[in-house]
Amino acid sequence: MAEPEVLVLRAAGTNCNEETAYAFELAGAKTRQIHVNRLKENSKILDDFGAVVIPGGFSYGDDIAAGSVLALELDHALGDSLRRLLSRGGLVLGICNGFQVLMRSGLLPGPEASGASLSASLIDNESHRYIDRWVNLRSEHDHSHFLRAGLDLELPVAHAEGRFVVASDQDVKALEAGRRVALRYLGQKAGEAAGFPANPNGSLNDIAGLSDASGQVLGLMPHPERFLFDWQHPQWTRRASDAKTASSKNAQGEGFQIFENAVRYLAS
Amino acid sequence: MSTWQVEIGTRAQLGDALGQAVERDLPWLDLERAGPVRTRRLYLLDAALARTQVDLLATRLLGDEVVEEIKVRKVEDGSQRDASLSAVTVCRKPGVMDPVEASVRRGASELGIDLGAFRSGTLYLFEGEVNPDELQKIGANILANPVVDDILCGSTTLTFAATSGAYVFERIDVPLPDRDEDLLKLSQDLGLSLNLAEMQTIKAWFDEAGRDPSDIELETLAQTWSEHCKHKTFAADVRFRGEVIPNLLKSTVFRATKELDRDFCVSVFVDNAGIVEFDDKHNLCFKVETHNHPSAIDPYGGAGTGIGGVIRDILGTGLGGKPVANTNVFCLGYPDADPNKLPAGTIHPLRVLKGVVSGVRDYGNRMGIPTVNGGLFFDERYTGNPLVYAGTVGIIPKDRCLKETKPGDKIVALGGATGRDGIQGATFSSRELHEDSESLDGSAVQIGNAITEKRTMDVLLQARDRGLYRNVTDCGAGGFSSAVGEMGELTGARVDLANAPTKYPGLSYREIWISEAQERMVFAVPPENLEEMLALAASEDVEACVLGEFTDSKRLELMFDGHVIGDMTMEFLHNGLPKTVLEAVWDEPAEEDLADFEPAPFETVLKKLMAHPNVASKEWVIRQYDHEVQSTSCIKSLVGVDLDGPGDAAVHAPVLGSTKGFALGCGMNPHYADLDPYHMATAAIDEALRNVVAVGGDPDRCSILDNFSWGNTAKPDRLGALVRASQGCYDAAMAYRTPFISGKDSLNNEYATSAGTICIPHTLLVSALAIVDDVRQSVTMDLKRAGSSIYLVGLTGDELGGSLAMRVQQRRGNHAPQLDRRTALPTLRALHLAIKTGQVLSCHDLSEGGLAVTAAESAFAGGFGLDLDLGLMPTRGTLDAHTRLFSESLTRFLVEVAPENCAAFEEGFAGLTLTRLGESQETKRLRLRLDQKVLIDCDLDPLHELHRRSLTDILEGNHRG
Repeated sequence: MAEPEVLVLRAAGTNCNEETAYAFELAGAKTRQIHVNRLKENSKILDDFGAVVIPGGFSYGDDIAAGSVLALELDHALGDSLRRLLSRGGLVLGICNGFQVLMRSGLLPGPEASGASLSASLIDNESHRYIDRWVNLRSEHDHSHFLRAGLDLELPVAHAEGRFVVASDQDVKALEAGRRVALRYLGQKAGEAAGFPANPNGSLNDIAGLSDASGQVLGLMPHPERFLFDWQHPQWTRRASDAKTASSKNAQGEGFQIFENAVRYLAS
Repeated sequence: MSTWQVEIGTRAQLGDALGQAVERDLPWLDLERAGPVRTRRLYLLDAALARTQVDLLATRLLGDEVVEEIKVRKVEDGSQRDASLSAVTVCRKPGVMDPVEASVRRGASELGIDLGAFRSGTLYLFEGEVNPDELQKIGANILANPVVDDILCGSTTLTFAATSGAYVFERIDVPLPDRDEDLLKLSQDLGLSLNLAEMQTIKAWFDEAGRDPSDIELETLAQTWSEHCKHKTFAADVRFRGEVIPNLLKSTVFRATKELDRDFCVSVFVDNAGIVEFDDKHNLCFKVETHNHPSAIDPYGGAGTGIGGVIRDILGTGLGGKPVANTNVFCLGYPDADPNKLPAGTIHPLRVLKGVVSGVRDYGNRMGIPTVNGGLFFDERYTGNPLVYAGTVGIIPKDRCLKETKPGDKIVALGGATGRDGIQGATFSSRELHEDSESLDGSAVQIGNAITEKRTMDVLLQARDRGLYRNVTDCGAGGFSSAVGEMGELTGARVDLANAPTKYPGLSYREIWISEAQERMVFAVPPENLEEMLALAASEDVEACVLGEFTDSKRLELMFDGHVIGDMTMEFLHNGLPKTVLEAVWDEPAEEDLADFEPAPFETVLKKLMAHPNVASKEWVIRQYDHEVQSTSCIKSLVGVDLDGPGDAAVHAPVLGSTKGFALGCGMNPHYADLDPYHMATAAIDEALRNVVAVGGDPDRCSILDNFSWGNTAKPDRLGALVRASQGCYDAAMAYRTPFISGKDSLNNEYATSAGTICIPHTLLVSALAIVDDVRQSVTMDLKRAGSSIYLVGLTGDELGGSLAMRVQQRRGNHAPQLDRRTALPTLRALHLAIKTGQVLSCHDLSEGGLAVTAAESAFAGGFGLDLDLGLMPTRGTLDAHTRLFSESLTRFLVEVAPENCAAFEEGFAGLTLTRLGESQETKRLRLRLDQKVLIDCDLDPLHELHRRSLTDILEGNHRG
């Protein structure tokens, strides 16, 4: 099987495109970073790719609700080609602002497997402040092609609008039942609500990432592309000191697994 | 005329995060009772839109029906909101950048709607007890800044601003009077900030030419000759202690760089930033700027455009660097100052702090550049004139470092459109601030739009790699005037200002020429590349225009729609400034009588130090900055077991896939300048180098920047202090063999009140950039284990003068720390070698608060205790316990070494001062002894808590000043 090809979408204000492309390449994919204007001119470009990733940033400044303008463009100009991508088994990943875009465009949470619609959103952090901090995360099941059951990850978040909310209790019940909660913020004690700052934004049910019904679309607030090597962790010098000194080769960071899983799925 | 009004608020059950943030600020004005606070976003839309279009905009773009209540109504002009509501509406003043508008226009066009007139704002509803005067007070002090925002209280509703009419061209000439006093008055009346000799020189040149200058020619000269652009004080000859120092800057700071002649320097003091070697494909560039006066008037906009401006400096270095890290340092009045005891006309330091942090956050985060290093420094003398430093490191391909304009190249401007923003910023920054600055100088304020700059950067870097242009610079102070004048200095330039896109109609040619509208870059594009350059810009929605072309006339020719409005030689513009000789004096301050000084109990002093805002944790600030975007971060600002230990410097590996990196740190201590600015300067350099070496930076491949913020140097004592500091810079740079590669000065930082002038402390910020061969060799400041040996590197002297320990005891002290120029560099080299070879578990430099503070920080950050005997400390002369604990002597570190590495570690310091003071322990106590006498023996947790909470509590309103 040829190397999977991943389209890294770029728009005014996207700012994690370089490192996100790098993460996919490190995992064995070929990537191209393409400006949304090129896709609006020719949406068929998308048909050449096995996956699309919407990286973090502040698309169009996020001066109105985060991600809303790019979401409109996705929906209008690329809706059909994105549906084609999903129907042929492709993957869509939205990180941070990309997650916000997927939520605003309706690709996430998307309908229930039964087709019933779901309503959820990402709003201002409870603290009303931007926050950059490392969080512990857990993936509870195998539903998402990017994740595996029991996978624990430590990753940084960096956002001002990451608080997951729903329109009604029904929505969150359906999401939980459908195994759509891809990642949860993890507190000190398993089984208890994480609380601030383990849950850095006040998200309902400690939800940090969501899948669609097919498991092919993943959106998450944390940044896996910022933890590709062990020396990116804020406490790596403490770990290295336990192991005497830093190893001579680059040990992997925990975020790398998300890209690896995606590329393995695409190559299979 | 009527309008559509869209009001959007979060559904009640989800809470109102903005409203709660306002509630947290209300106690600060003693107005808790005004809450609870509800907030709504307000959008004013064109009445010409159909109801269906407004609904579509409201639900698809402006609001989110899942979680928000959206109300749409048509409002007749002059109609009033329900008068019983305690409401405040805040929106940007007409003409001030409102980034929301650009986003909404883009989204509307996606929905197929021509938006027409638009305005956005925020509505605050106070459900508690509050009267109209109090609403005003809340509006002006918590919700908004009257300089840039309209604040409508009570029932007044938002309306559209009147649009200005078209500009009718008229050339304006300014006759220059003969009498000296009239010439000076003219300079003042026009806000030119030119002195008499300069005005006389200009008059002579135009007399020779046989005509009067046009207004735009005078402005061009004022901008180009401003202190901000020409650094005429620093370049002047100075009479000091019986001798004349020719060109102060060249005799000190430049001279060190020149004499050191380090081979890693690629380009120093000539471009927008200094350039040094990095790896085999790339160089690094580094620049730090000040944005003091704009930030005093509008902290949010001033700090944001400060960071925006220094980012453009990197984009305009060589053929364009890619920014990889931002830094910022703020010097402010005490954030818990009594609001009733501030100098008239000043903004409270807490508001300034929150404003500048938000400004840096909103701009830096949007640019996708990690904000990785910085500092906060507090002193009451900064209250009227706060300092805002912003810095950027860039990476640039080795073959893109040189630039050259050729005649025939097109002058192309990219980025934002031109408006009336920041008119006369360069000359404004060259004046003193005063009580009325806020009302008089509002037009000097700029608000940026980071996304415009991000777009421009994306296009610039692609155009650079395609080789589409030969020269580039940013529009900073002085706008097009400075940028075009600078790029065409050796050739000549002809410009037609009618070609510049403007934000709104009505701008005169003069306003276009000197506007400091943000986010603009100017390029020299060979004619054959013009089409491709413009197409590239258009493909990513970046506005571009051809202003004119570079010529071989050696003249600056200005036109408007074909009419000549200015014509001067580049020679006069750039070299006509008359040279001046300035007077400087320096007298050592009188000794403080310390005969009756009895130190407070040591534990009390240590607790005061941990709680002092200069020392206390800056976590509240740091976590609002994205310090990890670009995925290059290796050592972060907050480290240790609880991720709140204060790291010494940041380490980044800027090339994805490589572990070669750099360490970035800074140093400053203005309090030493109260004793001697010479020692202040050497200490700042020592601290900057200590910080980068402590994390693993190579002292032999380190570069530094100087950023002076000074008082009014027309006063000989201020200038004398500058001379002393500059001499300190030279001596320390030579001792460390570390070159200055770029720098900037900001003078006239004084605040005039009716009671007299307040001068800031003489402040030199030194920023250091050191190469780290492999970032995996870096170390952090937190203790790693129990049972390690704890070493003190360096010698301790009787140097409590200007120290923080004396300050928290309301004293100044007498001896500022002095640099030992003989041992300083060998000490840093020995430490670096030890770190590089993996002998060091943790390392923390000694700075404010001396050994006691450093030991406490390393201990709580590591979660281990310390037992140290200060009797073993090598000293210069006999020292008492108080001095041993808190002296701020230079070039000292506390280093943790595993027992098995101690022999090798000690061997590396042969001939230098190194002592084992004790060891780390499981018990979380800090125990500092003098032989067997216990000086401090306390639990680490309360010290940790003081450090963690003190500044945060003030910022979150949990503390009353």
